[in-house]
Parts: sequence; structure tokens; C-alpha cells
Amino acid sequence: MEPASFLDNNHQLSYHELPYVISWREDRCTRCGRCTAVCPVKAIEAGVQVQRLVRSEGGTPVPSTVRNVSHVVRQVTDVNRYCTGCGTCTLVCPNRAIEPVYNDKNKFLTHKNRGGAAYTRGGRRNDPSVGTVDQLKFTRISMLTDPALDAGRHEFHVRTLLGRNLPPEKLPLKMVDGKLMVDHDSGQFIPPVREIFPIRIGSMSMGALSPPMWEGLAMGITYLNEVENLPVVMCSGEGGMPPRLLKSRFLKYFIPQIASGYFGWDEIIHALPDMVEDPCAIEIKYGQGAKPGDGGLLMAYKVLKLIAKIRGVPMYVDLASPPTHQTKYSIEEAVAKMIQSMSMAWGFRVPVYPKISGSKTAKAVLNNLARNPYAAALCIDGEDGGTGAAYNVSMDKMGHPIVSNLRECYLDLVKQGRQNELPLIAAGGMGKHGNLAANAAAMIMLGASMVDTGKYIMQAAADCFGDEHNRCNLCNTGRCPRGITTQDPRLYRRLDADKVAERVVDVFKSADTEFKKIFAPMGRSTQLPIGMSDGLSIGDKAAADRLQIDYAC
Amino acid sequence: MCRLSAMTSDDYFSPLENILALETMKEGHDGSGLGLILKDLGGEFEQLKKYPIFSGICSKKGLEDLDGYMESQGFKVKFMWEPKIKPMKGIDARDHYVVNVYQYPDEYRNRPQEEKEDLLMRTRLNIRQMGEHDESIFAFSFYPDVIALKEVGDPLEVAEFFGLDKDPLKAKIVFAQGRQNTNYAIYLYACHPFFIQGYGSMTNGENTAFVPIREYLTSRGFSGYMGYNSDSEVFTHILHYSIRQLGYPLHYYKDIITPLKDTEMEQRSDREAVTLMKKSLRPLTIDGPNCVIGFTPDGTTFMVQDAKKLRPGVVGGVKGKYALMSEECGLDKAIPVRDKTKDIFPMKYDMVIVSPGAREVKVWNQLHF
Repeated sequence: MEPASFLDNNHQLSYHELPYVISWREDRCTRCGRCTAVCPVKAIEAGVQVQRLVRSEGGTPVPSTVRNVSHVVRQVTDVNRYCTGCGTCTLVCPNRAIEPVYNDKNKFLTHKNRGGAAYTRGGRRNDPSVGTVDQLKFTRISMLTDPALDAGRHEFHVRTLLGRNLPPEKLPLKMVDGKLMVDHDSGQFIPPVREIFPIRIGSMSMGALSPPMWEGLAMGITYLNEVENLPVVMCSGEGGMPPRLLKSRFLKYFIPQIASGYFGWDEIIHALPDMVEDPCAIEIKYGQGAKPGDGGLLMAYKVLKLIAKIRGVPMYVDLASPPTHQTKYSIEEAVAKMIQSMSMAWGFRVPVYPKISGSKTAKAVLNNLARNPYAAALCIDGEDGGTGAAYNVSMDKMGHPIVSNLRECYLDLVKQGRQNELPLIAAGGMGKHGNLAANAAAMIMLGASMVDTGKYIMQAAADCFGDEHNRCNLCNTGRCPRGITTQDPRLYRRLDADKVAERVVDVFKSADTEFKKIFAPMGRSTQLPIGMSDGLSIGDKAAADRLQIDYAC
Repeated sequence: MCRLSAMTSDDYFSPLENILALETMKEGHDGSGLGLILKDLGGEFEQLKKYPIFSGICSKKGLEDLDGYMESQGFKVKFMWEPKIKPMKGIDARDHYVVNVYQYPDEYRNRPQEEKEDLLMRTRLNIRQMGEHDESIFAFSFYPDVIALKEVGDPLEVAEFFGLDKDPLKAKIVFAQGRQNTNYAIYLYACHPFFIQGYGSMTNGENTAFVPIREYLTSRGFSGYMGYNSDSEVFTHILHYSIRQLGYPLHYYKDIITPLKDTEMEQRSDREAVTLMKKSLRPLTIDGPNCVIGFTPDGTTFMVQDAKKLRPGVVGGVKGKYALMSEECGLDKAIPVRDKTKDIFPMKYDMVIVSPGAREVKVWNQLHF
């Protein structure tokens, strides 16, 4: 029988169970301590190690043993302090002595429920496979039957419309001396419509994002509009907006979001009389692709003074938005009322539209909105959307892929002849594999009027570590090592808002160029090719059939 | 790329004139077909202007079906014309090239024009459906004072095949297209010019925005917006939709297919209306490259291009006879004696409109209105 001391480690996990294993090189390590200090989850710690070394000095071998006490960096095996693989340690190491290595045989999910607490995190669906949107190819190339356009020389108009377009039969036009004039006495409501760039920054709240991150995004899109003439807009997310911004002329580049917690709306409503510009639009959030059926959640430790003030709540309390709007009884009346109320608040001058999570029921929502003359669009957020905090099971297993959901909705509108009346906004997974413009163009050709992106922007503009291998994904803890999703000044001081803004500008300028490189060979330049599905093919027959596009192999 | 040859005149002329003009542009088409539409007919048809003419191609069985159907619907044959076919190598003659003039069914004789037009279109679509599966009937047009002839082959040979060099068939407006097949299979229904309820057009170039435009038209709830065996058929239907269905004046066709930029609209006195139209009719924006030549029921003919103007066109002639061609050499052939300095090469904002009877030519500029 073995001694009991042999079993002392029995209830500990081995490294093999963990998603990331720290590779530390003793020979390179200077013991500066930066890695252990910076680790957001304390997955590594300094330790002391005793070694028995055999040495021999002199001309002939005279081995002797010594006890050597050395300092080491060790990974802990506590599942609550698991290495998230963020790699901040590698980033700060002066000697490239340490790095986390992904362990694809890990059994992390089996263990990450200690204390009966189901695993919660931030980030996205942990599915690194290539999704449908990245399998779509642009296969209709103008070449000899008609010349392709020159992306660098031709004039391109890469813009889309956000807002409801009246069907031509309902336009209040009258003929005066052979010219068509708008009949202002007709009583016909002409819905507000904005012309914007077809990629928007999706809803990420101030609170979920750190002040420099949100500020950087805001500065970036303002620069794009004011200097680069690219009308990129961003959605505020649920959490209000800084009062000074609300009263500034830059408000027109923002889409304030109202969600089930109504956070920030006290400030917004009070700022109404002082607004010098209308916002671009209002988004009513009913669902989110990353966690369908779940409400928002801002953890107490992220509710600092600024956030508490903007949201109109006490500091340091968990801010949970209910899964559903408490006033919502049915889509027929409550959603219509909400759209109408928000429209009324701005004198019907601002497009108001709902955002829902991708779902088999999306078509039912769509058909309701199609009949509501005040509904300005429908935003569908697919399963690959991101979030600041959610249960892992919601993120990984709940929701509908955006591609077929969006396509089905578009084809339904085509059937009704309303494809130009109600714009569809596709979100969730745009740029997941780095192909933001290509993903956006593909969704547009399937019928989307525009797309939203969030995670791509966090990665491109602020170097977010997160990926589909569950790397980092610490947004919910407030300990974001990049300073993107934290309210801790010690962390967010790492992030330079100006640099974020610069990168936002880079992203959209290059996306604009890539759009042209896609549209030019397809012979399109004057109008966004919404629904130009003959331009697309896919190498998966079942997907081709489902999307009603060509199969190509 | 297809070659286009349209002529409008105050006097009747033979369609052969168009075809000889097409012949000069031969290097631009591959002889995959000839389409002809004659409007405002002379000769034997001059006295029959108010009676609808069915144009199509039928097999023996198809003709029987056609006759049976027309009789069942109350249409009575008033006059029949068939081209005198001259067998040509390379052209497979079909059983019957039908041009039948009918009397309206009794109950329709005094109905308003619109109702009559709807009846004619419905009838044509039904006939098309009857013969489409076995290709026993091709129905091109069914409308008063309009004949459509189409066949696969080299245009000049097809003209000879139809005996047009000998036949006294004449009209005041003739549209001819020498087809260069691009994306789609060679098929008679893909052959321009296209026609619907008095509106016709033919186009060269490829329509890159074809699918969204087709989807928009087919979802208008108008049964005539169908077919689309060619991506160019949508140009005819947009014309019909803009003018007949929406009631817009002709030049707004240009604003629909090639809308101005918002900044350019500022100088238009009707900017509010065109701004709204641009948004509401966004799916009908063409992206070219295309040159569209069309006509309306009153005999007005026009030429427009997309904004990129990669497909040129030219309009020229003398008072009383104008030609709208895709190539200058075609125009030289059609109307050699004219003041060439007055030839019009429409630019991206232009719409050249020739009034009925070729009385006057106007260049309507989209920017200044």
C-alpha cells in the first residue's frame, strides 16, 4: 500500500486539463517579475525551487553535489485561476522567456463549474471553424463580355440607406409643368433615411468598454466623417452616452441604443432640449446574437463614478438588463409603441429600428415590422456576435447563424416586394477571420443593406487578445489586460484613445478600398449591390441550395 | 456585344435599311440572332392600326393551339401575314412565323385602352405559357400597330430569310438588334428588342445589376414582368413601370436608371422629388455598361446610357428621319446625307429624345432641369 502522502495532489488538476499551458524558459528568465505582476488572472506565480546539482571543477572530474535554490515562474492549476492564454506575460517579458501554449486536449469545461457556478465569460462563440460567410466567393467577374471597372480610377459610391424607403407608389408626388414635385399637403409621412457607409461599429456600451476605448472609437468615426468623408456611424450600446457628446454636433454620427435596462436614457431624454443635431438613428435592442434570450450585465466592479453618472445608477451595483423589455406584451402593440415613442421623441426625424438575435422566428418579427410604417430597419445579430459578459453555454450553443437567417428574411421581403422598404442589418461574426470587407460585401449581395462589426474593431483598433480558442475572453471580469473592457484606471491607462482612433480610421479606409476591389471586377460602382446574389457562389451544395446561390467547386 | 440600329421617320421605310446599317457594324456581333420590332406600320397594315397584332413563331401544333385559344377567347382573325421564307444555309426554318391581326372580342371593343392593353398582355402571357414547355409557340408581342420578328442567325441572312429585301413591309419606327450572345443561352426569348404594352427597348452591354432589378420587377405584382431570358429585358420593363405604372414623364426614366449624386441634384428644381425617387427606386439603378434605345406608345424614341458610358451610342439624321445607332458607321449607312457636325453622342447626363415622326431631337440634360 502506497503512503498517503503520494495522494496529496490527487484532487489537483494537471496542466493537461487546462486550456493553456505556460511554457517558461528558465535559461532566458531574468526573474524581473513583470509576467507575474501583469497576469490578469494570477495564473502564474513566483516560486522557489530546490535542485540537486552535480558539479565538477578542475582538471580531473571530481563530482560533488550541491543544493541549488532558484526562483521560478510556475503556472497554478487552480481552475479559477486558469491561464486564459492572453499572452500579456509574453508581451511584457524582456527576454521571450514565457508564453502560453494552447492545449487542444484540454478538459477545461468539465471543470469550470466549481461551486456550482456555471462558466461565465466575455468574448465570442468558441468555434474557430470557417463559417458560411467566409466560404462565400465572388465568382461573377466582368472581363471580356464587359470590361471590369478600375477600382483605383472609377468613381464608386459605396453607401447604403438606413431608414424606411417609401414604395414608389406611395411617394407624395404631383406633376407641375411636366416636373414631379413633392406634394406637401398630401399628409403622407416621409420616413427619415440616412446615407451611411455599409459597415457600422456595432453596439458596445460605455461601461462594457473603457473610457479610452469608447472615446477612441468615437473620435475615429468622427474623423472619418469630418475629414475622410466616410460616413461611418456607431451604435452606443446600452449604457448611454457622455452628456457633452449628446449636446454636440457630432451626435449625428451615433446611434443611441435603448435596451431593456434603459440605462443612460434618463440623461439622453434630459439632453433632448439641448441637442443641436439629431442622432443618426435609434436602436432598440430586443436581443443579442451572442446570448439570445439573455439580458445585458455590467458587473458591479465596472460601475465606477463616470459609468454610474452616465447610466443614472448608484456606483458599484450589478447592472442587469432583463432578458426582455418589461413593457413588452406582444410584438403587435408593444414594439410598435416603442418604435413610435422613440420616433416621437425626435419629431419623427430619426430612424428607429429594432435589433434582435438571429432566430428561426426572425421572419415573424420581420413581417411585423414590414407592416409598421415607422419601423426603419431590422438588425439581426447572428450567433457569432460578441458580448462583454454571458454564460459560456449561451455564447457557444444558443443562437442562429446569420447567413441563412438574413438571406431568408431578404427573400421574404422580395416575395412581398418590400426589399427596398425595410433595410436589413447583418451582425455577428463579420470579420471573424479578418475578412471584414469581404464578409460585408457577401452579406450585402445576399440582401443585407449593411453590417455591424464589434469584435473585429476591438482586435484591429485595440489589439484585443480574444479569439475562438477561448483566449483571454476576460471582458466580464473587468481585468482586460489591454484596457479595452475595464473601468480600472490602472488597466485602461494602457490604452491610448488616439491610437484607437487612428486604427479605426485605418480599418474603414482599407475596408472602403477592399469594397472597391470586390465591386469593380463585378462591374458595380454606382449602387451598393444589395441582393446581387448571382455574384456569389459557395462550394457547399446544401448551403448553395439554402441560400439560393450558385454552387461552385 | 450587341449592335443596335433604330430608325424613326415621318414616312414609311423598309426594315432592310436598319439591317444594312447593322451589317456595317458586323464586327461587333456574332450573328447569334436578329430581333426586329416595327411600329407604326405601313403597307397592308396601314388600315389596321387599331387592331392588335400577334407576333410569334409556332410549330404546326403550336399554330393549332394558338388558333384554338384565340377563338376561345373571342379574338377573330382580321388579317394574316407571313414572311415569304427563303431557305438559307445555317438558318433552321420553323413551321410558322405568325403575324396575325385580330379583332378584339366583342365585349372589349368599347372598353378603355388600359383594359384592352391588359387583355392583350394577359393573352400573350397565356399563349407564351401554352407553348413554352415544348417550344411550340414563341409569343413576342400582341399589340396594335406593332410587329416583332426574331430568329437566330446572321442579321443580313435572317433578313433575306424573311424575304425583307423583297417584301413591301414598311414602318415609321424600326428597331433592329444584331445579337452578340453574352451570358445566357441562345434563345429566342432572349432576343431584343423587348416589348410590353406599347413600350419597347433594346440594349447593348451587360447588365451587372440584373438580379436585384429582376427581383424588384417581379415583386411588383404585375404579371407582365416575367421572362428575363436576357438581362436586358429589365430595361424595357423599367421603362413601362416608370411611365405607365408610375405615371412619370419619359425623362425620369433616366433619373431612375442612372440617378444623380445628391450633390448634383441640388441644382434641380425638382430635387425634392428626385431625391425621394432615388431612394424608393434604388433597386432599379443600373450599373452598366449599357446603351439603351427605346420607344414609347406615342412613337417617341430615345437613347440613354449608364453613368460610366462604356457603351457609346450616336443619334443623327435629318428632319423627318433620325437614326439611333450603337456605332457611327451604322448611322453613316442609314442616313448618309446629313450634317455630321450635328450628330449627337449622348454623354452621361444626357437623354436624347426624338419626337414622333422624327420632327425634332432634344437632348435632355439631367443636371439642368
